[in-house]
Amino acid sequence: MSDIYQEFIMEVYKNPLNFGKLEKADFKAVSLNPLCGDKIELYIRLENGKIKDVRYTGSGCAISQVSASLFTEFLKGKTPEEAKALKKEDILRLIKIDLSKNPSRMKCALLSLEVLKKAIL
Amino acid sequence: MDVNRIKKDFPILEKEVNGKKIVYLDNAATSQKPRQVIEAMDELYYEYNANVHRGIYRFSEQATEKYENAREKLKRFINSKEEVIFTKNASEALNLIAYSWGEENVRKGDRIVLTVMEHHSNLVPWQQLAKRKKAKLEFMDIGDDYEIKESELDKIRGAKIVAVCHVSNVLGTINPVKEICELANETGAISVVDGAQSTPHMKVDVSRMKCDFFALTGHKMLGPTGIGALHGNRELLEKMPPFMAGGDMVVEVYQDRSVWNGLPHKFEAGTPNIAGTIGLGAAVDYLSKIGMDEIRKHEIEITKYAIQRLEGLSGVSLYGTKRMERRAGIIPFNVKGVHPHDVATLLDEEGIAIRSGHHCAMPLHTRLGLDATNRASFYIYNDRKDVDKLAEAIENAKKIFSEPPATQR
Repeated sequence: MSDIYQEFIMEVYKNPLNFGKLEKADFKAVSLNPLCGDKIELYIRLENGKIKDVRYTGSGCAISQVSASLFTEFLKGKTPEEAKALKKEDILRLIKIDLSKNPSRMKCALLSLEVLKKAIL
Repeated sequence: MDVNRIKKDFPILEKEVNGKKIVYLDNAATSQKPRQVIEAMDELYYEYNANVHRGIYRFSEQATEKYENAREKLKRFINSKEEVIFTKNASEALNLIAYSWGEENVRKGDRIVLTVMEHHSNLVPWQQLAKRKKAKLEFMDIGDDYEIKESELDKIRGAKIVAVCHVSNVLGTINPVKEICELANETGAISVVDGAQSTPHMKVDVSRMKCDFFALTGHKMLGPTGIGALHGNRELLEKMPPFMAGGDMVVEVYQDRSVWNGLPHKFEAGTPNIAGTIGLGAAVDYLSKIGMDEIRKHEIEITKYAIQRLEGLSGVSLYGTKRMERRAGIIPFNVKGVHPHDVATLLDEEGIAIRSGHHCAMPLHTRLGLDATNRASFYIYNDRKDVDKLAEAIENAKKIFSEPPATQR
């Protein structure tokens, strides 16, 4: 079995969470990872000051897509301020894979955090 | 050509990655270095290190001799009867032309013609020159066979500069550079050939090619990083202003003016990469000893085998021409349903090094309608076993990505 492409990762990759667009988004942004051709577009809708719904579309490697799935799920219920304060470590904890030997893949994992920071300025 | 004997000259190929012996298939990015090259550079630092073209003492004379010897070796290697200038890589060689010749000669409305398969290093310098001068940048397109369309060569007529890669770093297409340079010469354009991907793998004859400029880099041809070269037409180089100013490129300096040194030194400002140049000289010796025609034969054989082997895998798309006389040892491919970066990471787990992404050729990927590709590229130390391991690892990657997730089993 692969160190990175574990069952958990492959399962999320094949059954993505929150994939799609939101018509009425309060925040929206797109980020590209030109190195890989990864692309993530993020849509956020608020209700009573908290993130009610999050969706993303895009394409790319399994790591970027899985990270987007798990991260969007994690954002629900947070205030934009809380979301903005999230760090690299938070997203790496979510995907549960050790990328320390693959620093070049780190950018893939962090793409959804980058697009969030762009969306919530 | 005895691949097993050659392998022994490359200590790094004994290394293991993830518990498996390295299978190095990223030669289009950089090659590995034989002991002979590493030792030639060590020898300088251990035995006779000094600056070149300066000291009137034994070590400096020795270092200068070795440095200039490397130039002569390289000139013979590519059959240059004009000048060879050392640069840090092919990019610097190409920038030298774009800045020095381009700034003086390109005017508003002039056309600069490239191919759609250029590496960024033979594209961005011309794009920026065109912007500064309000010149036009045009691209010769490829056909379904991944070769430049014959009809596209018409774009050369009336152009100011024609700059093309000898071999595409993504497709492995060998371009008809002799024909292109001849057409450029006939119609008054200067011809620039980016030889970064050809010089390491086939016999290059710049005199026969009749190019005005030819850029190459050492690290892809068994030499160290940080050393490249520019072959250039002497008459053009004489008229060109220096690219960089500083020590060694001047013969007289006054407070208000300087007199430039002669060729090639006019274009080699500052202390050069002495060890790198000597290393490149050793690399040229190593390649010459095997013989470039032998190397080319070996690469055609392994490329043919790889195409046949990978074509047999379902869901694997290959790109590039199948005319072997027009094809270098580079195989771009995609695996259906698996992003190239995932393929590369899974192959790395098997100790196989390939490249994935756009390989510094974004416009080509846009032209092909692809976000990214995988690329396997071969050299003298690769054999059929490496191709077999590659094919097996691709099958394994396909399996990991095709198995239904646990919840659906």
